[in-house]
Amino acid sequence: MSAYEAVVGIECHVELKTRTKMFCGCTNAFGAEPNTQVCPVCLALPGALPVPNRVAIAQTLRAGVAFGADIPAFSKFDRKNYFYPDMPKNYQISQYDMPLVVGGEVRYWLEDGTTGSCPLERIHLEEDTGKSTHAGSGDGRIAGSAYSLVDFNRAGVPLMECVSAPALHGAAEAVAFLASLRRTLLELGVSDVKMEEGSLRCDANVSVRLVGTSQLGTKAEIKNMNSFRSVHRAIESEIDRQIALLEKGERVIQETRGWDEIHGVTHPMRSKEEAHDYRYFPDPDLVPLEISASDVERMRAELPELPWQRFERYTGRYDLGAKQATQLIDNPSLARYFDRVVELSRNPQQSTNFVLGELSRLANDTGTPVADSSIAPEALCELIALVEGKTINSKIAKELVERMWAGEGSPRAIVEREGLAQTSDPAAVDKIVEDVLARNADVVADYRNGKTSVAGYLVGQVMKASRGKADPQLVAELVKKRLGAS
Amino acid sequence: MSELVERGAAEIARDVNAKRVSAREIADAALARADAVDERVGAYLRVLYDIARETATRVDERVARGEKLPLAGVPFAVKDNMCLNGTRTTCASRILERWTAPYTATAVQRMLDAGCVPIGKSNLDEFAMGSSCENSALGVTRNPYDLGRVPGGSSGGSAAAVAAREAAIGMGSDTGGSIREPAAFCNLVGLKPTYGRVSRYGLIAFASSLDQIGPLARSVEDAALAYDAMAGHDPMDSTSIASEVEPTATALRNDLRGLRIGIVREFPLDPLGAEMKSAYEQAYRDLEALGASLVEVCLPTAEYGLATYYLIAPAECSANLARFDGVRYGSNVDAGDVGTMYERTRAAGFGPEVKRRILIGTYALSSGYYDAYYVRAQKARTLVARDFAKAFTSCDLIASPATSCPPFALGAKSDPYSMYLMDYYTIPMSLAGVPALSVPCGWAREGGRTLPLGLQLVAPHFAEALLLGAAHAYEGATKHAGTYAPSLVAASGVES
Ligand SMILES: [Zn+2]
Repeated sequence: MSAYEAVVGIECHVELKTRTKMFCGCTNAFGAEPNTQVCPVCLALPGALPVPNRVAIAQTLRAGVAFGADIPAFSKFDRKNYFYPDMPKNYQISQYDMPLVVGGEVRYWLEDGTTGSCPLERIHLEEDTGKSTHAGSGDGRIAGSAYSLVDFNRAGVPLMECVSAPALHGAAEAVAFLASLRRTLLELGVSDVKMEEGSLRCDANVSVRLVGTSQLGTKAEIKNMNSFRSVHRAIESEIDRQIALLEKGERVIQETRGWDEIHGVTHPMRSKEEAHDYRYFPDPDLVPLEISASDVERMRAELPELPWQRFERYTGRYDLGAKQATQLIDNPSLARYFDRVVELSRNPQQSTNFVLGELSRLANDTGTPVADSSIAPEALCELIALVEGKTINSKIAKELVERMWAGEGSPRAIVEREGLAQTSDPAAVDKIVEDVLARNADVVADYRNGKTSVAGYLVGQVMKASRGKADPQLVAELVKKRLGAS
Repeated sequence: MSELVERGAAEIARDVNAKRVSAREIADAALARADAVDERVGAYLRVLYDIARETATRVDERVARGEKLPLAGVPFAVKDNMCLNGTRTTCASRILERWTAPYTATAVQRMLDAGCVPIGKSNLDEFAMGSSCENSALGVTRNPYDLGRVPGGSSGGSAAAVAAREAAIGMGSDTGGSIREPAAFCNLVGLKPTYGRVSRYGLIAFASSLDQIGPLARSVEDAALAYDAMAGHDPMDSTSIASEVEPTATALRNDLRGLRIGIVREFPLDPLGAEMKSAYEQAYRDLEALGASLVEVCLPTAEYGLATYYLIAPAECSANLARFDGVRYGSNVDAGDVGTMYERTRAAGFGPEVKRRILIGTYALSSGYYDAYYVRAQKARTLVARDFAKAFTSCDLIASPATSCPPFALGAKSDPYSMYLMDYYTIPMSLAGVPALSVPCGWAREGGRTLPLGLQLVAPHFAEALLLGAAHAYEGATKHAGTYAPSLVAASGVES
């Protein structure tokens, strides 16, 4: 057991899914031709002024409310001053000391089903920068490049920054935190939260300390992680690096480090301008924001069931495993379908078996989502009722699912039409058992000579003879009974 | 000189609407006047011959279709820190010397909509930073009342254009006095409206929380018509005020009966010298004679106005001017890396006063100094605003000198501080955001010349109608504006 524990804090930037940009009327969409979604405002032409996007503000507040945060009555935008070619005004409109959202927590769960929670320090709203491409250096880096190109389509896209407290202990928790945050924002519909498209970007502050101490160690800020997997690997690697340093008696220095995906290590990032003085001050082009308590209350009342609440419902009330619950939560249309089936059938276990079993397999094979398949929740409930009432056995049920998927309609109708109902009449089944045993006298002899494993074979033969309709449990009982009697 | 250029906006609009004269004739007269005198005056950085004629023709077409336009055919000067689509918009700075605006400022558009015809883009102190127009990097503007003197600033070009009859209306912007001071120096009416009344969209920012567009005109009525045209809510400017604008041109009055006019205790007249003192004493007596009662009011924090202003305005300007970096537009000095490119571009593009203010502002916002300078300045600003609010509980309007001296000679004020002092009487109103105007109030004799003086009148927020109404009564009773036309000669008496 390591004598050290890791302390991780996450800062993530989330591009909001609004129709227009944060301070102008340009379209907010990923992937357009460079510099086609621009106007005087987001190009910072002389004389242009910002007008805040009310939807982006509401989305940020909604996120805050979903994380159980405080929504202060007043907020404002500030200018964060620094020069960079992809930032048209050479200041970023951001929020300094009066963010829209203060506090709150992200409740998450780990793969094994353990749940946890990490406090948030704040969520604020700002504008994204443009994107630079450095040409002529071969590797896209600025060093050695002949010239740089800037695409301002992204400049001014609303960007929500969520800052966690340094309260995560290790890579797994950090990734679980991020995953839960991502799921919540997806559920709220405020962002696509795609790391690969940059609509979710995150940095991790990592430090280590001796177990039992409360003072934070010196942190390193890790950047350039572009998937949950790289977040996991980067944090683990950084923790190992810091522990190794401390064990050698060396010190961790506070710095920004970049994650190298290929070599699996973090390395110090060259930063020319140490200790930026951003000279924040309130943006005089924008009036302070007043947030009405009744709006916040309405948002709270209108919150959907959140992923962590759904996780608790699935694993608690429905007794699903963490993996199954997660599978449902990460497939909202499947989860809605599942919830409807449970609601109708009142049988979470059978609902889980069918929805995550046969139906999901068929969905995978055919590429048709379960919710869009020809099996309506009502029809599946009919099937579940047939299984519950022992009208059919599981083998027939499986067969029926396939036929329903293929569009054959009501399972009850098929069962009735084709006489697929399970044979549970002991006398009728015993008659079949008797016949089968008679036809397999040699096997019966083997059994009686001590080779009891052949019983299964005989049960199978009986099931076959019943064309699968006999109640398998009853068959097993009766076979045993007849074999036992000599 | 065609008598058409002597006409004011109200008269022109009346006649153009009545088809007694065409907007095109008015525009041609204004352009001819500019051709004749602007080489001496230097009001315009660019005369917009084609745009003026085309716009005038369109105004005539609109009038022919039966439209009644409040400013039909009125020739106006656009300060060159306001965007007019397709025209060079330079802020009188090297850094924007070749920049063409691809859109039109809201206030300019409103003037166009009202039937105005742009004659030219007028000179200013670079980025509106200055009080004499001498900080322009692109040209010298002279005071039409004495070509050896400054027209005031920063809206000196618009003021000179209107005084020299090269336009009937000038659009100015006022951050700490940049409309009122040149109005006083050029014997004009100049109004700085309530902050937020006129959209700033398309006005190239100097200090966002203080900048306000307003008119310069040769009469109060003309200023009122122009204000009515340009004022109003603009969704493109978040600081623009949504409430209805009270029309002013229909609220002009001829007396001041029932009004209490505050005389500021902290603005004694003695330091102005005997001649100015007696001019303002006469002005105050004239107000009284019109029926106003004079009361003493206190603006105890007014003396901190200058210091407050010279922290807040530079702080905002240091960020506002950061966009001029040579990356997307404007002049650019190439270099091997982006940092050096920024440095060289800005070193070559900005003049000394602009650099000085960027440095002051950057310093005031820096970590470790922010609380001592910027935060304290904001607190002082709140106190100044509170002073006005308190003063207006005991008076309806405030009267004061607009400037501390008559127009001075070009080059006379070489140190920045003495130039900053020029805005002593106008800055507190800018900090408080209240509307204020300068109206001609008499003459000072200096160096053998008769030089205009301005009376500043100040009203509570949104009381432009009262303010212009009172100024109209004063103007009608005193007739300073009409008594003495500009000579367009230098003090030596030789036409320069
Ligand atoms: Zn835009």
